[in-house]
Amino acid sequence: MRPLSYTRPQSVNDAIAIVSANPSSSFLAGGTTEVDLVRLGVAHPDLLVDINELPLAELEEMPGGGLRIGALARMSDVARAQSVMERYPAMSEALLLGASEQLRNMASIGGNLRQRVRCPYFRDNVSPCNKREPGTGCSALEGLNRGHAILGTSEHCIATHPSDVAVALVAFDAVVRTVGPSGPREIAIEDFYLLPGDTPEAEHQLEHGELIAAIELPPLEVARGSLYLKVRDRQSYEFALVSVAAALEVREGVIADVRLALGGVGTKPWRARRAEAELVGAPATAAEFASAAALELEPADVREHNAFKVELAKRAIVRGLTSAMSGGAR
Amino acid sequence: MDIEPRVSLLDALREHLGLTGSKKGCDQGTCGACTVWVDGRRVLACLTLAASCEGREVTTIEGLASDGDLHPMQRAFIAHDGFQCGYCTPGQIMSAVKLIEEGNASTDEDIAEFMSGNICRCAAYPNIRAAIRQVRDEAKADEDAAA
Repeated sequence: MRPLSYTRPQSVNDAIAIVSANPSSSFLAGGTTEVDLVRLGVAHPDLLVDINELPLAELEEMPGGGLRIGALARMSDVARAQSVMERYPAMSEALLLGASEQLRNMASIGGNLRQRVRCPYFRDNVSPCNKREPGTGCSALEGLNRGHAILGTSEHCIATHPSDVAVALVAFDAVVRTVGPSGPREIAIEDFYLLPGDTPEAEHQLEHGELIAAIELPPLEVARGSLYLKVRDRQSYEFALVSVAAALEVREGVIADVRLALGGVGTKPWRARRAEAELVGAPATAAEFASAAALELEPADVREHNAFKVELAKRAIVRGLTSAMSGGAR
Repeated sequence: MDIEPRVSLLDALREHLGLTGSKKGCDQGTCGACTVWVDGRRVLACLTLAASCEGREVTTIEGLASDGDLHPMQRAFIAHDGFQCGYCTPGQIMSAVKLIEEGNASTDEDIAEFMSGNICRCAAYPNIRAAIRQVRDEAKADEDAAA
């Protein structure tokens, strides 16, 4: 068994310095991904740097009406914060529809963004997997790929990004605020995630030792009527087959503003830009929703077992937009 | 207690402290059999490192009864036959007590949703829900009487 050390620094700067100095170290927040992957042998850090004592768990109002959520705020606390429920309901719903209450009490919002994929070939630590061992191949392409992605895929990886809340966050143009060895920076959440392309081992922009400090939500009027719809094999405690974060502002029957993002179908949380562009200025009708959904799914790359996701995603988009239009009734 | 960093809270409780009430089901956060409270919140002991609990209060099923009197939730599980093999029961009970404190037990639908992190392979769910309803209603009656 590989030796593993543990430390619990008391300041953000100390935590960053320790991890930056050791290429085989990892931050440890809620542990719901990291401890699991260490036990499976998929992750093998020699040092875990426990950041749970750092002062990064506050929710703060931002000047101008946005909301800053500290990276160590727990999923359960963020989901039930009045400010989130009122102003960004799709985010609250996405959080509550993810995992279980025990896991939501543990998992931090920053850690949620960095969770690894649930692809069984990645997790089994045996099968060829380009994400785990670059260059070994992708076992999912011709394997059991019912849960895998149909958008943003590459010939090297088709793993689905598992986060629910990230889907709501890309719909709302959230910003990820980080601190690292090269100082602080902010990254638009859509840019934060990388498509697998030729380098599926890289899932996000963070460099080693760079820590997510907070997630910032811009003021967004249309988000107040937003919702999160999740379709899955069992009703609770399950990852999405397809999910939709949707928000819609309709004026005199015409779509003035729309936010649409998809989960369960993309290799990253999927902002449905093609559909949005089609919808703005169009009449708010089921026919328009269906046509926008078809446009979004046009580039879908399906495999033996996941072709059903195309139709499921289209229907979920229509239902999500229809519900958002009628004030959030599911 | 001197412990290796990779040891989970669950293994520390069971193997090092001899507190075998918390059960190891999946050991990967999918079954809920290891549910305990850390600083008053229900969490999974299998995905918690023991080292990270230094200075924190951990409560297991062994700590629920006081002076030999079972906790009302333990009594209700017995009264309603809320188990068959019993392996998931400590986790179910630790979760159920918190469910009521959290205010997430007002309907059967809510109970099912917010207990979904505790799997029962024997499918004793209807009886588990009955036990939870009873404790919820008794707690409410006590509150009303006190008001």
